[in-house]
Order: sequence, then C-alpha cells, then structure tokens
Amino acid sequence: MSLESVVVTGIGIISPLGHGFEPLIRALLAGESGVREIPELENVGGLRSRLAAPVTGIDPKQIPRKIRRSMSQMSVYAYLASQQALTMADYPTDQLSSGRTGVVVGSTLGSTETSEKFFADYFRDYSLERMKSGLFFQLMGHSCAANIAQSLGITGRVMAPSAACATSCQAIGYAYEQIAFGRQDAILCGGADEFHPLTAATFDMMNAASIRYNQQPEEAPRPFDLNRDGIVCGEGSGILLLEKKSLAEARGAEVLAEVIGFATTSDTSSIATPDVEAMLKCMQLALEDAGISATELDYINAHATGTLQGDVAEAEAICRLAGDQVPVSSLKGHLGHTMAASGSIELSASIGMMHCGELVATRNLQQVDGRCGGLFHLQKNLKIQPKIILKNNFAMGGINSTVIIRSTTHD
Amino acid sequence: MTEQEVIELIDSSLAEEFELDRADMVPEANIYEDLGLDSLDTVDMVIVLEGAFNFKIREEEAIRAIRTLADIHRFVLEKVAEHG
Repeated sequence: MSLESVVVTGIGIISPLGHGFEPLIRALLAGESGVREIPELENVGGLRSRLAAPVTGIDPKQIPRKIRRSMSQMSVYAYLASQQALTMADYPTDQLSSGRTGVVVGSTLGSTETSEKFFADYFRDYSLERMKSGLFFQLMGHSCAANIAQSLGITGRVMAPSAACATSCQAIGYAYEQIAFGRQDAILCGGADEFHPLTAATFDMMNAASIRYNQQPEEAPRPFDLNRDGIVCGEGSGILLLEKKSLAEARGAEVLAEVIGFATTSDTSSIATPDVEAMLKCMQLALEDAGISATELDYINAHATGTLQGDVAEAEAICRLAGDQVPVSSLKGHLGHTMAASGSIELSASIGMMHCGELVATRNLQQVDGRCGGLFHLQKNLKIQPKIILKNNFAMGGINSTVIIRSTTHD
Repeated sequence: MTEQEVIELIDSSLAEEFELDRADMVPEANIYEDLGLDSLDTVDMVIVLEGAFNFKIREEEAIRAIRTLADIHRFVLEKVAEHG
C-alpha cells in the first residue's frame, strides 16, 4: 500500500517498568515485573482482583499548571511520553506548527478517576456550581490527543481512535497510512490509559481478571501458561514519532524502524469472545499490506493477555499463520495489560529487541497450555537479530489490529 | 472574620488553586498580567471563592471589572459585609 515509506524516529514511554525507552528495554530483558498488590482494591465491593501494574514516580507538577489543568493522569502520561519521543527524534520545533505534523493518540475512555470525583460531588446535591473549567477537558474522548497538540503547539491533524486494547495499535496504523498517503509528514501516535478499579472490575465481572495470584503479584498474569487465570490491568503511555522516511533521512534523523504493514478488522462473531478466523485474517491482511509472507517474520509480539479464551484463540491463529517456526512472546507478564497503551508500549519494546538483538521471553510462562501449543514459545530470552516483527492487539468490541515493522539498521 | 482574616483566606485559596507564589500576591498585582490567570481561571476563581466564603457571586456584574488582587479583596470584603 505504501506510497511513501514511513519510519519510527522517536519513542516515549511511561510504564509500570520505568519511564523512557531504554529503562523499559532494560527491565524487560532482565525479566522484571511491574505487577503489584494494590491493597486499596479490597475496599471495592465485589472486586476479587487485587493486582495492578501501576505507573510510579511521576510528579504531574513538573508540567506547568496551565498545561496540566486540562489533563487527567492519562494525559500527563501521554504528554510526558510525547516529549520523550520528540526529544529522542531531535524533531525540529518549528515543524510542530507547520500543519504537516499531527497527533493520533487514543485511550479506552476519558478519565474514569475524574469522572468518579465529579459525580461523587455532583450526587451530594445535584449541583453543577462546583464544576471547574478543566473537567470537560479531562473527560472528553480525545483528551490525550488534544492535550498533546495544545501543549506542544501541534497544528496538523488530531485524531483519537478509541478501541480499548487495540487503540494504540490502530493509532500507529492510522498514522502510518496518513503519512504514507502524503497527508502528514510526521505524527505522534500511540495510546495512554490510567488505572482505575472499574477497569479491573470490567474484566473481573466477565471472569477475565486474574484473582488467584493476589498474594503473589509477580506470578500474574501468565500468558499462554497452563495456570493462567486472567488479565492484570496496568497503565501508562507509549508514544511513537512516525515520519516520512525521505524527510527523516534528509534531516539526518536516526531511524529506529520502518512501519511496513497494518491491518485492522472487525470480528462480528462476538463483542467479547475472540474468533480465530478473524484474528488470522487480520494478520494475513497486514502481511499482504507489507507485501511479505509469514515465513519472512522473525518474531511475533502477541497480544496474549493471560485470559483463558483469548490466549487459546491467538495461539491457534498464530499457529495457522506461522506454525512453530517464528518465535512468539507476550509482554503482559512483565507489564500487565496497559490497555490503550499496550500496543504502542509493546511495539516500542519490540523495536528495542531489534536494537539489542535479543527477544524477550513471556514472563510467567512455565508450562505451556496444550491448547496454546504448536508455537515457538519463548520461555527464555533468545539472542537473535530480528529483521521483521509482527505485533498483534485484539480488543473487546471485536476489534483486531496488527502492525508489522522492519529493522533498518541490519540490512 | 476580621478584614485581615478575609484577605488571608482569599490569598491562601487562590494561591493553592492557581499555585501562586505568595510573594507575588501583592494587592496591586494584576491577576492576568502579573499572576498569569486567564479566562478559564476566572471561572475557577469564582468557584474557589464561593467555596471558601459560602456565598454566590457568579452572576455579579462587579466580577467582570476585577483586574487586581486588591479588586478581589474589596469585592469579597463587600460581599462578606453584606452577608454579615
């Protein structure tokens, strides 16, 4: 499909495993876990999950008040990650206001924490007289994208795809397509989310949250493992700067990877239960878009969240696509499920694997579930130099998405 | 409340809400040019003052004429006096 080649030149990360591209890669290679017991979750009636992968060590007050007042926590994460990405890319400041630079960043919802605080006050007397001016800007669906554009002076296209766990994979794909089509020269893209008990509850009520490892936080989640019992919710933001390759090269930017394929599809078999055929079709379309075959893949970064059904379906789809020839791992065991940020954080991590020449194994995958078998599961880190990587994200609502990237440093 | 207590409550409330340096909060300070507030902040300023003094001032015409911290002090002192 590509009319213009599109490359990644900057990465920003706010994650349960540290802030910045390099700290994230170091922690993943070392097999660290960002999952913690959150004692306050005991206070939420009916919630069985006590685990989360929280972001720590962020002081929102490092952001000037007038920029921060319209930001909830997720926008704080997205803004800080965007700054990191622009700095890493050494992106010219004057290009931000050229109209040729855009933002495609989404979240699952507007800020649930802000929403909760507002309604807790509102329900006291049903009065709006205490409603402050920043409320709407934190609640709106495009809060992260708008806050990034406003705070950084970006005047091109601003979009906020929202597709739950597929959000940032879609955001990267849409940014890639817009640059490839010549509509923008560069786009900050990705996703952000903030942890709230309601997020954990959403999965818990569907019996899809991990509840058996509350006393052993680092043992959950367990993608593809026989003893997996569900998702652990996380939070954070991953932001990539995509640029038109010719312009990036002309300005002497360091190219981190090239985006070569994207597909997103709707699985109408169920709004909640993933379908193997639909997953397979999405990956096949992405390969078609990239103009490559599955045999050319060097690594697949799976969505695999550690749920009973989702992992089985994805494993079967990958098996049918690539058999047992392509190494596969999921990073949810390290990072939890960072929701709308998971695609962009995990794709960034995959780029890190390209640069380090080492694939990160699936944390907590001790005994592969037979129903997830037939794959080249990574249970230990593997030192190889991947050239082409396929990244999946599948979301509630029947949303599938796949991005394919290629290394440019080991031609 | 004494006049000084009213002024202190105004200044401390605004300092907390808008993260102002108390040293900058001299009476003649222009709230826009010197203290850096803008139109969104004035919306929140009304809410903060209403919460601090338990009165309603949103519909008051006089608010629109406020330019300095001293203007706010005078305005609030008058409202507090009206409400006894």
